Order: sequence, then structure tokens, then C-alpha cells
Amino acid sequence: MSRTWRHSIVTAAFIAAIVAVVVLNGRAAGSALGAGETIHLAEVAHASGIDFVHQSATLDPKVNHIAAHIAALGACVSVADVNNDGWPDLYFTTSRFGASNALYLNQRDGTFRDVAVEAGVGAVNRAGEGVSMGAVWGDYDNDGFEDLLVYKWGYPQLFHNLGNGHFEDVTAQSGLRTWMNSNGAVWFDFDRDGLLDLYITGYFRSDIDFWHLQTTRIMQSSWDFASNGGKNLLFKNLGNGRFKDVTDSMGVGSTRWTLAAAAADFNDDGWPDLYLANDYGPEELYLNHEGKRFELARAGLEDDSKSGMAVALGDVYNRGVHDVFVTNISEKGFLFQGNNLRLNFLKQLGRFDEVATGVVADAGWAWGAQFGDLNNDGLLDLFVANGFISADSGRSYWYAMSKIAGAQGNIFEDAKNWPPIGSASLSGYEHSRVLLNRGQVGFVDVAEEAGVTDRLDGRAIAMADLFNRGLVDVVIANEKGRALLYRNTANRAHWVELKLVGTRSNRSAIGAEATVEIGPGRQRQVVDGGSGFCSQNDRRLHFGLGDQRFGSVTIRWTSGETQVLNGLAIDQLHVITEPR
Amino acid sequence: MRTAIDPKYLIVFLITLVLVVGEARYHILGGYPRLVTTLGVCLATEVLLSWWLRGRVANLASAYITGISLALLIKPQANILWPFALGAFIAIASKYVLTYRGRHLWNPSNFAIALLVLVASDSVAILSHQWGNDLGTNLVIWAFGLVIASRARVLHVTLTYVVCFIVFALLRHLIVGGPLFAELAPITGPMYQLFVFFMVTDPRTTVSTRRGRMIVVAIVALVETLIRLAGDYQIAWLRPFYVSPPILALAMVGPLAMWWDLRRRGA
Repeated sequence: MSRTWRHSIVTAAFIAAIVAVVVLNGRAAGSALGAGETIHLAEVAHASGIDFVHQSATLDPKVNHIAAHIAALGACVSVADVNNDGWPDLYFTTSRFGASNALYLNQRDGTFRDVAVEAGVGAVNRAGEGVSMGAVWGDYDNDGFEDLLVYKWGYPQLFHNLGNGHFEDVTAQSGLRTWMNSNGAVWFDFDRDGLLDLYITGYFRSDIDFWHLQTTRIMQSSWDFASNGGKNLLFKNLGNGRFKDVTDSMGVGSTRWTLAAAAADFNDDGWPDLYLANDYGPEELYLNHEGKRFELARAGLEDDSKSGMAVALGDVYNRGVHDVFVTNISEKGFLFQGNNLRLNFLKQLGRFDEVATGVVADAGWAWGAQFGDLNNDGLLDLFVANGFISADSGRSYWYAMSKIAGAQGNIFEDAKNWPPIGSASLSGYEHSRVLLNRGQVGFVDVAEEAGVTDRLDGRAIAMADLFNRGLVDVVIANEKGRALLYRNTANRAHWVELKLVGTRSNRSAIGAEATVEIGPGRQRQVVDGGSGFCSQNDRRLHFGLGDQRFGSVTIRWTSGETQVLNGLAIDQLHVITEPR
Repeated sequence: MRTAIDPKYLIVFLITLVLVVGEARYHILGGYPRLVTTLGVCLATEVLLSWWLRGRVANLASAYITGISLALLIKPQANILWPFALGAFIAIASKYVLTYRGRHLWNPSNFAIALLVLVASDSVAILSHQWGNDLGTNLVIWAFGLVIASRARVLHVTLTYVVCFIVFALLRHLIVGGPLFAELAPITGPMYQLFVFFMVTDPRTTVSTRRGRMIVVAIVALVETLIRLAGDYQIAWLRPFYVSPPILALAMVGPLAMWWDLRRRGA
């Protein structure tokens, strides 16, 4: 073969490689459609009486030039049956001084009514006290009524549910009045003494008062390994209405920029562990050693540093374990961090395996996420809210941010070195993902088909069967936007729901786990004390069954008691009280 | 007696140092399959094409440097490997295909990265922040880099670029406003370490005279500044360029300068 021929062949291979790049890139850009079956949701917030609009915080003028970036947090939603009427209620937070949070009581007729002010949980955003960033419900005194912890950039507030439609602020006597810049909290009973303990995460350092800044050196020191964030705090419930800070003795005082936490027994040793999603750093798993101390696990998480925003727990393939989904950032051309879908192999291999691809990995600038069986087929689907700052759609802050993103930490740690954001958007106008779980075939995005078309800046997602129909509905709190309620509209598949009531365990049953045999698999869920991004699902557990065999239900209470139930009827809610 | 070490091997040492330090401290690779794929394809392509087209297997130092550079710089969507494989092949093959008067025009890794970010932006981004934004680590690499650039007789290229970058940063600050440190910040990051020590200094793809090399690298810095201003003023049709201004500036200026230099020398 002549040299010219050889050269022509190499040239053809070179061109073919470039064509292959274009073709493969085209496949990456598109999302798979045509799943056949889908999910049906309808946005009914206004029609349901929910007209809540989040307002962002106004900060010290020293950071005015990037205030839109710093203050783009605080839209939260959490679910609880506040008045024990058997219907889930909703609590939303806002972040502007003088603006009221909202407590929407379920009117049992498809509508809600805001009673926050008269209940005493509305006016919490006050100068000198800070602004709301989120809230979690838990019956800390086991009196049968869900109490409320509002975490803030400021002093957290604990509200005792008096059971008569009113709440009492008990922060001062609780020992929780500690200034934090927090964006997350979870209730869980780490020492299994039957009392709910509290883990509050720190984002910005706790010495920062955003309305009286002493310095502008408040930002992260690294984009991928920062540990100069606020310290997370663990408060042990002493049982007399007081909490004691046991952070250091328990070894859970991470100063990474934690945005979200979730608690569950990941390694099946019977003790609830803590999983943290950290901004500007790797995720962290703190394994609980019999309530005596926590240990930071090496579980395959430390090699992968991204921008963790939310921790969603779900048994993705009905293997009887808690898998983890953590949201991150993707922006075409600039950054592909990708969300993490981590399958739990802690018992077998001592680690999680990251398996996210395609639409699961790249959702945009992803925030809140939750698993829930939206079509009752027996597999947990995944809802992901996206979008950071939707402002001038013709201007993007990505380029300006990229200037400092690669720099030395001591440059961008000082907020005054950040380029002004002005009116620019930053990953704005993104749409949510509704990821239908098709088992081993993988997830497919059916958002458009499902009717989820909003382009608001989603933050918190909570799931609950709001109308007691055996269907999971989705509530979204949007930053500087109206809250959305996606009502699940059509499904005839079978289901079962469990409301667990603790006796020796905490009354809310937070941390209790139910494993349900569905067809050939078994799906495990945990009663939620706070998960996703600044959100909390209903305490009731919902299992879709499809047309599959419904076998036994195994409940593991946090007291250590295990209860096996057989022959439960399908298509109904079962209230199960822990054996005394 | 001073032992002369081929500058090529000093560069090999430096990029290996960057790889080892970065991986040990910050897991910069994002998984060893990426390194194995990129390095493997680069070395295999170099062996195959040099033997097939030129009748002898080329020295593999250049392919090694290209492979490491690509493994460090390419940040793909999710866990896909094809950008590493195809990027590596395209980089090495470009040396044999995109030639003029027997010389290749593009630095191989520069060509591959520029191509990927321009035509595959749904799948590939470039290293934007990594390595902990840590001053200590970067100072070590800068120190070794400057010494090795000096021994490799390319320090004038590196320093000219750095000086020009600083001057143009000041100019951008005056034009655009905003903090001066925001304009200076990029050059303190790891992507620029790879750029100033391994791409812009590549002796095989730069012009023949010392003065010419300094002029070319100054023009690269100027074009980079124009791209950056396009980013500041949000010129939409140039968006694909301002995800990585220095890489794309070099991809445009470098081959033109080489072509002009080869043509002038040929004449």
C-alpha cells in the first residue's frame, strides 16, 4: 500500500472520529422518551388555596453585588399531620424580614387554609432573630403532637405543639438558641432512647451575621474541598424539654458546607447513621456506633467532590436497602458534576457504587429531590427540582463565576472579589425532572408527559398522599416563586400505606423502617425526620404494589423491636402501633 | 560535568508530578478508567500511526504528555468514557493529518480539547475548578514548572504569556469594571498550569525564533482577552468560546502562526 493511501486511510479515520464525537454528543443532549407508561400530575396549588410565594432575604449591603447568589436559599416545605386529623398539612418558609411563614391546614376537601399567624408559627422572620431557611417536624416530647423546628440564618426556633391549634415558642428553655447559618436539620433518635434528637447543619460560618457583616471573607475557601463552613451540631434530647449539645463528643461536627442531611440505618446494624450532602466538598457518611459515637466512613464517597445539595433516600431496585441520591450541578460547556445515584453495598462491599447516567446524572443545577412511587408500580420514582437564579434570561453569570472558580481559595473566599451578578441569571429557567423508574432498564424523564412544565427555581420537594387517595402528590417550594402542588391524577394500581406510631420508640416513629415484600423484591422505607433539600415527607409510608404479590411487612422500630405483619389488606392505610 | 537531559523528559517528569500530587491530594482524575483509556489510546495511536506512516515507532514522550493532559482536562458528563477515547485518538491523529510541510500545526491536546468543547458541549466540559484551590499545591507545581521551563528553554514563552495575561487583566478590569482580582484569578488556577507549562510552550507547534514565539504567545493572550470580553458582554454567538478562553485562543492563533512561520522559512 502506498504512503498516500495509508495517509488517506488515517485521514478518513480522523474524520470518522470527529463525526463520532458529534453523533455521541447528540445522544447525550437528548433524553429518552417513549416510556409507554407514564405519570400523571396536575398543578393545583392555587385551586387548592395555596398561594404562598417565597421571598428571599435582604442582606448587608457589603455583599449587595452577589446578594442574588448568596441569598438564593430558604424556600422550604415540610409535611406533618399537625392536628392529628389524619390529613397531611404543609408548612412553608420564607426568608424576608416581616414576611410570614405559612402553615396550611388540610381542609379534607382538596383545599388548604393558612393558619400560621394564629397558630403562632408565622412571624418568625425578624431582625435580630434571623430568617427562615427550613423546618422539620417531630414529636420531641412524645405527647402525640408534632412539634416544629425552624432552622434559620439566625437563631433556630423550636415550637411546641400544644394540641389546640396553637404553638408555644420553647426555644429559650430548650437550649437550642444558638446562632447558626443553617440550611438543614433532621430529627432522629441517635441513641435509641425513645426521644428524638436533633442534628442541625451549618452552611455559612456561625460567626457570620448577614445583617451586620464584620468581614466579607465569608465564602468557601475551595470549590471542591472546602471545610470552612458552619459547624453542624448534634443536640441530644434530655427528655425534659431541654437539649444538650453533644456534637464534639459524638464526632459529627463537620465544617464542610452541609446543605442537606438524612438519617437512616445504612449499614443494617440497627443504629441510625447520618448522610450529609456538602456543597464544595465530598459527601460524608457518619456511621453510628451504638449511640456512643459516630465515625466518618470510607465508603467510596471521599473520591468524588461536587456540590451536594440534597439527600434523597430510596430503595431503587427493591433490594431492601437505602440507596442515596444526591443532587449536584451541570451546566453545558462549563461544568458536568452530575447527580449521584449511589447504590448501597455497604454490607457486601463496604461502599456505595455511583451509577448515575444520562438524565439521572445531568438535570441542570439540581436542588431538592425525593423518591416516591408516583405511578404505584412498585418501583420508586424520582422527582428532581432544578434551577438556581432565574433573572434576565439574556445574561448568564456562568462566565463571570468561572473566572474565580479556578482561582486560589483566598481570592474567592472574600466576597468582594466576586464579579457582580447584576441582573444575570445563573442556570435559570430550568425544568424539573420526573424520572420514571423502569427497574433494570433505568430511569426515563417523563416530566413533559406528566404535566410538570414549570420553570421556577425549585428548591424543596416533599411527597405525601395529601388527599388520602392512595396516590403520592408532590409539593415544591420555589425560591422567590410561588409554591406548587402537583396532584397525582390518575392511577389504578394497588398500594398500601403505613402510619407507624411509636410507644417505646419516639411517638413520631421517625427512623422506624418498614420493608414490604413486593413481587420478587422487598422495598425498604424509613419514616422521615427530614430529607431532600430543606424538606420533609409525610411520616406515613406509601408503597405502590402494581399488580404484584404483596407479601409480609417487616417493621423495625428504633427501640430495636421487630414486628412482622402478614395478610394486610391492600389499597388502604394501616395504623400500626409499636408493641409495648 | 553537567548531564544534559532531553527537555522532553523534564516535561514528562513535571506532568507526572502534577498527576501524582493532584490525584493523591484531590482525586483529580475522577476515576482511573479515564487515565487508562486516555493514556492507552494516545500511546497505541502514536505507536500505530508512526510505524504505519513513517516506518518507525516514534518516541512516546509526547503521546504520554498528551494523554495525561487530556485525562486531567476533560470533565465529561456523568461517567462516559468516549470523550477520553475519541479525544485521545483525535489528538494524536491530528499530528499526522493536520500538517503543513511535514510539521503538525496544533498542539495535540489543545486541538482535541478545543474540538470537544466546541462540538461536544453537551457531553464535555473542561477543568474549571479542581485541586482544592490550594495555594501550597499550586506553588509547588509553579516552582517545578518554572525551573523545568527554564531548563527546557521555554521559560521566555511562559513568562511572556504570564506578563501579557496580567497586563490584559488590568485592561479588562478598566474596561469591564468589577474586582481586579476577579480578572487576575484565572491564572492562579490549575488549568492555567497545564496551559502555560504544557500547551503554549510545546516546541513542536510554535514558531522558530525566540522573538517570534514571544510575539505569538502575546497574540494568544490578546485573543484570549477578546474572548473574555465577549464573555463579559455576553455576546451569545461566542458563548462556546468563553467556556475556555486560553485553550481556544491558542487553538486559533497557534496554527496560523506555525503556518506563517513554515511558509516564510520555506520561501
